Amino acid sequence: MADFVMPTLGADMTEGTLVQWKKRVGERVTKGDIIAEVDTDKAAIEVECHATGIIERLLAKPGDKIPVGTVMAVIREEGQPAAAPSRPQLFTPQPVSTQPVLQPDTGTAASPLPGSRLRISPAARTLAAERGIDPTGLRGTGPEGAITLDDITRAAKGAVGVATSANAADRQARMRQTIAAAMARSKREIPHYYLSTTIDLSRALAWLTAENGRRPVTERLLVSVLFIKAVALALRQVPELNALWKEGEAVRSERIHIGTAISLRQGGLVAPALHDADRAGLSELMQRFQDLVKRTRAGSLRSSELSDPTITVTSLGEQGVETVFGVIYPPQVALVGFGKVVERPWVADGLVVPRPVVTASLSADHRVSDGHRGGLFLAELDRLLQEPHAL
Amino acid sequence: MTASMTREQGVELLRQMLRIRRFEERAAELYQLGKIHGFLHLYIGEEAVAAGSIPALMNDDAIVATYREHGHALVRGTSMRSLMAELFGKTTGCARGRGGSMHFFDASRRFYGGLAIVGGGLPVALGLALADKLQGRARVTACYFGDGAVAEGEFHESLNLAALWNLPVLFLCENNLYAMGTALARHQSQPDIAAKARAYALGAESVDGMDVLAVELATRRAVEFVRQGHGPFFLEYHTYRFRAHSMYDAELYRTKDEVNAWKQRDPIVTFQQALRAAKLLQDEDWDNLNASIAAEVEDAVAFAEAGPWEPVEDLTTDVYSRTVGDQLSAISQTPSADR
Amino acid sequence: MNITYREAVRSGMREALQRDPRVFLMGEDVGRYGGTYACSKGFLDEFGPERIRDTPLSESTFVGAGIGAALGGMRPIVEVMTVNFSLLALDQIMNNAATLRHMSGGQFSVPLVVRMATGAGRQVAAQHSHSLEGWYAHIPGITVLTPATVTDARGMLLTALEQPDPVFIFEHAYLYAMEGPLETNPVAVDISHAAVRRPGKDMSLLTFGGSLWKTLAAAARLAQEGIEAEVVDLRILRPLDRDTILSSVRKTHRAVVIDEAWRTGSFAAEVSAVIMEQAFYELDAPVVRVCSEEVPIPYPKHLEEAALPSAEKIVRAVRRLLG
Repeated sequence: MADFVMPTLGADMTEGTLVQWKKRVGERVTKGDIIAEVDTDKAAIEVECHATGIIERLLAKPGDKIPVGTVMAVIREEGQPAAAPSRPQLFTPQPVSTQPVLQPDTGTAASPLPGSRLRISPAARTLAAERGIDPTGLRGTGPEGAITLDDITRAAKGAVGVATSANAADRQARMRQTIAAAMARSKREIPHYYLSTTIDLSRALAWLTAENGRRPVTERLLVSVLFIKAVALALRQVPELNALWKEGEAVRSERIHIGTAISLRQGGLVAPALHDADRAGLSELMQRFQDLVKRTRAGSLRSSELSDPTITVTSLGEQGVETVFGVIYPPQVALVGFGKVVERPWVADGLVVPRPVVTASLSADHRVSDGHRGGLFLAELDRLLQEPHAL
Repeated sequence: MTASMTREQGVELLRQMLRIRRFEERAAELYQLGKIHGFLHLYIGEEAVAAGSIPALMNDDAIVATYREHGHALVRGTSMRSLMAELFGKTTGCARGRGGSMHFFDASRRFYGGLAIVGGGLPVALGLALADKLQGRARVTACYFGDGAVAEGEFHESLNLAALWNLPVLFLCENNLYAMGTALARHQSQPDIAAKARAYALGAESVDGMDVLAVELATRRAVEFVRQGHGPFFLEYHTYRFRAHSMYDAELYRTKDEVNAWKQRDPIVTFQQALRAAKLLQDEDWDNLNASIAAEVEDAVAFAEAGPWEPVEDLTTDVYSRTVGDQLSAISQTPSADR
Repeated sequence: MNITYREAVRSGMREALQRDPRVFLMGEDVGRYGGTYACSKGFLDEFGPERIRDTPLSESTFVGAGIGAALGGMRPIVEVMTVNFSLLALDQIMNNAATLRHMSGGQFSVPLVVRMATGAGRQVAAQHSHSLEGWYAHIPGITVLTPATVTDARGMLLTALEQPDPVFIFEHAYLYAMEGPLETNPVAVDISHAAVRRPGKDMSLLTFGGSLWKTLAAAARLAQEGIEAEVVDLRILRPLDRDTILSSVRKTHRAVVIDEAWRTGSFAAEVSAVIMEQAFYELDAPVVRVCSEEVPIPYPKHLEEAALPSAEKIVRAVRRLLG
């Protein structure tokens, strides 16, 4: 027997709303299968199952708000007899907020009503299927928040979620609250220290230009992928930065999952994981990165992508920022920021020459690491970026 | 027994009554054998009315009858084969098997049904008569209905309008005393039906419906009256059904004694006796009659058995005149120029 | 040429009476009175009492007589004063007119035309304000027409008289005084197809009869808001032209059905079901109905208006549908 519990899909998550079960009682599930869709404050997320077996019981129903860690389903190992009908720990949805039970109808039936399916028009569903768009995370602008043809068309153009709808605005407000809570907790609990260094990118960019020259347009690499890979490899040398703070101590993570901050067009951000980034080749990483961006904006992230990051990388170069002073995303213990790649005077071999450079910064948890280790990390990062072919 | 009646005429009246009797007796058997379904309203006991009245009509006169119309169609000349096939529900039936017992139709004999809503045939008969009147045709429309119809509004409306418009309709009320199970006196404040007709300014007469000769004479007079353009006429036949309303009922509404008393007046038995007494019928004639009718009935049954069922694909044909599979195109654009 | 709807009906009947001796008119007060809605004014003098027949108040019997006369080779036009009284003739319509052809195995046709006024909106209270054409459209074997324009009022009648089967024409009482252009010398008006009265791409407004004009008014107001509504006049409720409905919905992906009858079991429900069955995957929003409130239509003007569909209600329904 295995319990499927409401997963933590981010440090700030205390509860989630079950949108729909993707499996039925009696159905076989394999570890990694999508078992449910859960609405968090940030996005509707498809949640994976971590056990293999037969769904014995589904204890929650769509629409239920469920605290993190609550048993939602029971999975029986194959070959095991079905359990007796009554099992002690039946799930009871608990009121997790102090709001009155009866809520006025604000006309924001954004999340599907209890017991209902995704609120999407038949025509929109058909079009979404034709265009290969997952409508799950889209915000509907139709009657009662239904997803309409227009919503799908916009999504197909990449413009997800329309901020004008009451619905989207509502969600945006909730996301802001969520981020506020996480960041406040971070700044309250984590003693940050900040380091930065300027890295000469001339070799890296030269290599990248040459490499991209050999690639088809669609497979060209972005410099940010070099950064992510370099961060991942550097963490091997300074593993204490690749850890999660749990119950008063840092637990190092054996695997390196880089949370990549992606801002959403309607505001807010999420930082889903590129799993095992240290072990992925640049091409693969590039492909996965693009996919992640697309799915983030389509609202179709997988639960593990939100819950797994062991460190966050944020690049704000596109916004013209030179230096990032990031706030750590708990329970992670470090965040690496990259600014804009700029031409700067650079002294090399006694000569002042123009060089493309980037400022890399580290925000780290002083409970876990010290400036010395942080400095080592940045130095290693610099070193790695001077040997781009080896990344 | 009138002196003017020939042997042939007498035997023919007897033969028609006997055909009805034997056809229905066989139909009742076949019902029990599961060959015939639904309602089966038998006319047994009332044969003198159809047998005596219908020969008084001409071939292009029209007949509108009720759900108890087997006898009328038989006497009118629709083949026993197509009637039996209709009871079976076969395409070889007189309505392609679609109507069954209650809905015999025969356009070639101007037999307009077989209309099974009590009183519903009277307005239709009026309209047929109106069409004749407007087109200057000296035809008569004979409309049969039972005593139950007298309680319907359409009875009163139709008598009024027929008299008002002087229409060539012959109203023929087959008063068998019971509207299904309700005796006439239990549903009419004035049980004298002919009196009601007179109240609407119709000529009206009542006649013994168990006496085929009386029926024939009265009907001929009435038909002649109507054909002469004197307007509608109302004829009431006092008759009695020997069997249940439909195939079976508990007959709680009448006594066995009453039924037996009427059976003493069985129109076939009494007329046969009269013919014998008048030396117009011999044993040999009787035997021949029975044998030929038995053969006709068996032939009809074999014909009905052999007939095909209507294919389900034809289910929706004839809902509209221009039936296409999809009703959408059932009515196509009609150019006005074809007139 | 602009004429009234009343005049259009009259002109259609007059032409039919003139050109076909089999045609005659009967009904309550069609003769001496000149027709309750004056549609047969002057006919008695022109065509005589044999062809213009005043009937007693015996709806069942004169409709039944129409059936019989049609069986007997005539082309009767039966005027049942209003749909409210047609209930008294329902047996003849349902059990005889509609069934005879099929039940007789195709032996008999009933080329009968029955006209009647329908609808509410004139403060005549609950017993004289019914909209029951949808009920009639339930019956296979008859054709149900709801002319809304002057051209249809005249032309549909003439085409109806050429049908071998019974045709029921429902004239909205509110329309008789309406003036409109009569298409001069139209080719036979077809009684097979719905008509798009106003093209649009955002929304299909499906309606018929008296509600057409409310719907067109609503569409005009919506146009000012930038919403292009397509108005489809169903014209024929049976057999229903599903193709026109579906092609409109396939274009707009949204539909509002406007029907003056009560919502429950209304013809609008039928139209809605057709869309659901045959264009479900085209729908970008639920099909919405604008129908009468479920009350006997009251006499006072403000209550009657509250009970009936209006341009305002249609506009509101459209806005709701657009989210």
